[in-house]
Amino acid sequence: MPFGNTHNKLKMNYSAEQEYPDLSQHNNHMAKVLTPEMYANLRDKETPSGFTVDDVIQTGVDNPGHPFIMTVGCVAGDEETYEVFKELLDPIIEDRHGGYKPSDKHKTDLNPDNLVGGDDLDPNYVLSSRVRTGRSVRGFCLPPHCSRGERRAIENMAIESLASLDGDLNGQYYALKNMTDDEQQQLIDDHFLFDKPVSPLLLASGMGRDWPDGRGIWHNDGKTFLVWVNEEDHLRVISMQKGGNMKEVFHRFCTGLTKIETLFKDKGHEFMWNEHLGYVLTCPSNLGTGLRAGVHVKLPNMSKHEKFGEVLKRLRLQKRGTGGVDTAAVGGVFDISNADRLGFSEVELVQMVVDGVKTLVEMEKRLEGGQSFDDLMPDQK
Amino acid sequence: MGSQWLRVCPDLIPRTVTSFSCLVCSVRNAIMPFGNTHNNFKLNFKVEEEYPDLTKHNNHMAKVLTKDMYAKLRDKQTSSGFTVDDVIQTGVDNPGHPFIMTVGCVAGDEESYEVFKDLLDPIISDRHSGYKPTDKHKTDLNFENLKGGDDLDPSYVLSSRVRTGRSIKGYTLPPHNSRGERRAVERLSVEALNTLDGEFKGKYYPLNKMSDAEQEQLIADHFLFDKPVSPLLLGAGMARDWPDARGIWHNDAKSFLVWVNEEDHLRVISMEKGGNMKEVFRRFCVGLKRIEETFKKHNHGFMWNEHLGYVLTCPSNLGTGLRGGVHVKLPKLSTHAKFEEILTRLRLQKRGTGGVDTASVGGVFDISNADRLGSSEVDQVQMVVDGVKLMVEMEKKLEKGEAIDSMIPAQK
Repeated sequence: MPFGNTHNKLKMNYSAEQEYPDLSQHNNHMAKVLTPEMYANLRDKETPSGFTVDDVIQTGVDNPGHPFIMTVGCVAGDEETYEVFKELLDPIIEDRHGGYKPSDKHKTDLNPDNLVGGDDLDPNYVLSSRVRTGRSVRGFCLPPHCSRGERRAIENMAIESLASLDGDLNGQYYALKNMTDDEQQQLIDDHFLFDKPVSPLLLASGMGRDWPDGRGIWHNDGKTFLVWVNEEDHLRVISMQKGGNMKEVFHRFCTGLTKIETLFKDKGHEFMWNEHLGYVLTCPSNLGTGLRAGVHVKLPNMSKHEKFGEVLKRLRLQKRGTGGVDTAAVGGVFDISNADRLGFSEVELVQMVVDGVKTLVEMEKRLEGGQSFDDLMPDQK
Repeated sequence: MGSQWLRVCPDLIPRTVTSFSCLVCSVRNAIMPFGNTHNNFKLNFKVEEEYPDLTKHNNHMAKVLTKDMYAKLRDKQTSSGFTVDDVIQTGVDNPGHPFIMTVGCVAGDEESYEVFKDLLDPIISDRHSGYKPTDKHKTDLNFENLKGGDDLDPSYVLSSRVRTGRSIKGYTLPPHNSRGERRAVERLSVEALNTLDGEFKGKYYPLNKMSDAEQEQLIADHFLFDKPVSPLLLGAGMARDWPDARGIWHNDAKSFLVWVNEEDHLRVISMEKGGNMKEVFRRFCVGLKRIEETFKKHNHGFMWNEHLGYVLTCPSNLGTGLRGGVHVKLPKLSTHAKFEEILTRLRLQKRGTGGVDTASVGGVFDISNADRLGSSEVDQVQMVVDGVKLMVEMEKKLEKGEAIDSMIPAQK
């Protein structure tokens, strides 16, 4: 895990030019934004927990990026990172989140009743539905920077809160380091188990340190509500089920999340949130809602159509392979989800998925019948 | 946060100051607005809460680091800011292997070995056959003191190689150095290497500016080192900013090679086909001395002291940092029941032909000295020369179907 020991005191003996990273081969948001002047301004600053600009950017320096995929190239080590390093992170946020300005306000809406429809996506095409988000616990450093003590404290809080969930949310916690072989196999079969990150993007930011200490998975008995503890964020909350009833998935998501938040608050711990950035998470790409709502949907014809990319763009959706980010589609089945995170509410984003997938399935059916779908072509949302 | 600051302040001024400018730097840095431990909040947690879980671990660090020791060391740091958590992170993240005892810690600077003595001295003792904190290490780079070594049978000994590492005083080490420091080390190294002439005249190839043709050639010559993939190295932070300020220098004859900013500031390698270890060692010593002279002229000596010898990133490489080895064909001896015992007695170790943690191919083994600290360069190369000579004789006996029992040596 190439994480950064980027707290070297001797670096201030060198000029900013001597310390400024070589970004000439790089293509990521950080490399686009970080000028030598900006680096000079920020290099002697740190958050109260000791996170420096070199910590923020190490993952982007070590992972030059890809000509086609624009990675973020930086992470936050704590809540204050977004304030102390605004000069760097605001332009990155703006570039990544459709022009979101430093003065913009973000709207949170976790009321599932506000979602229109979403219970009737055709299960012949929509194989499964899922909504995930992340949450950070205020007062603790984030996964790139947290100490073992902090990480374990987060785990303990999570275990305590999750243990009080009941009804259809009654469940069990499986610590990664205490898992039996049977438990591990079952979690793999259920597609629940997360493993030590292998992505160099995550590893370079220090998120793999001390693995598997303080990490674990909680899920309800029904296997429809799942929480990851201390992976890329303090908490990742996931609601999922087979078929196309996104309304139900979102309802469970909102209910469960609200209950967990209340339990944390009762113990004196709130989630990191502010009215500008919404929910504060490790990766700037997940700010706002931190929400990715998606379906696995069969689009063998649609996906080969030359307008597929354009349609997705207009619907504000993105495609991934069925293994998640950076995987390939298998058998014409795609993971289709919202592209946005910040500047739209949770309800708005899930609505876009619900409406957009409905449109895509109709287009697929047209193509199956050898017909065109031009009249279904949406405007840019 | 205020009380934490005061608690760790005393360690900001180094206890051993080697020059006035060094002191000034340290004082200036003490005033700079930096955190004293990388994560300032960890001292809010008790020792039990921060102490790593080492229950599944098998490495030197895990054997040695008790909770009490961790409690004592956790608020300390070197003057460059290296903490005990930095030292041990690679060992926490790589639990080890039941058969292979890794070290599980690294130094971030020269002072690490002083500030974290409590942890590193026992590890050094365990790793280096009982070497005590009071022991003195002998350096001997006079190649004329080597006896023989020019007559290893080239039908068996395919190639000979000697390598070591060197750290440049006043700079932090690869797990911890900043880009500015790493580039300075590169600049100094290239300057020093460019003054070499005669048999040592050569050229520097920086990794980030290599042409495809140059890269192909260096791979074909088996010179090119790539970004580390070993989790042991990566877990210590050595691959940060790759490939910035990394490069390879070699002489025109391709028999003397220097790696810049890989696992150590410098890795110096002398090699050639065949079994003339004497010549390889001569070139090694002469070249190394020339490089050291040039560095000294610019007021940058190598990190060395009379207890630890040459100071390197990994505690396993302290002392001489030297690995002298051959690729030798031992298809029969290597399958003999006493092969391991013979190696142990000769104070040698085997590796595959790809280097550490690789398998041997076609009965060809990399045989080298096991020791680094407590014996000199000449002593260690002598052990390789004498030991390989003996093993080749054993191989020949086994080829003829004869026994080798009478040849098995006493423990060196």
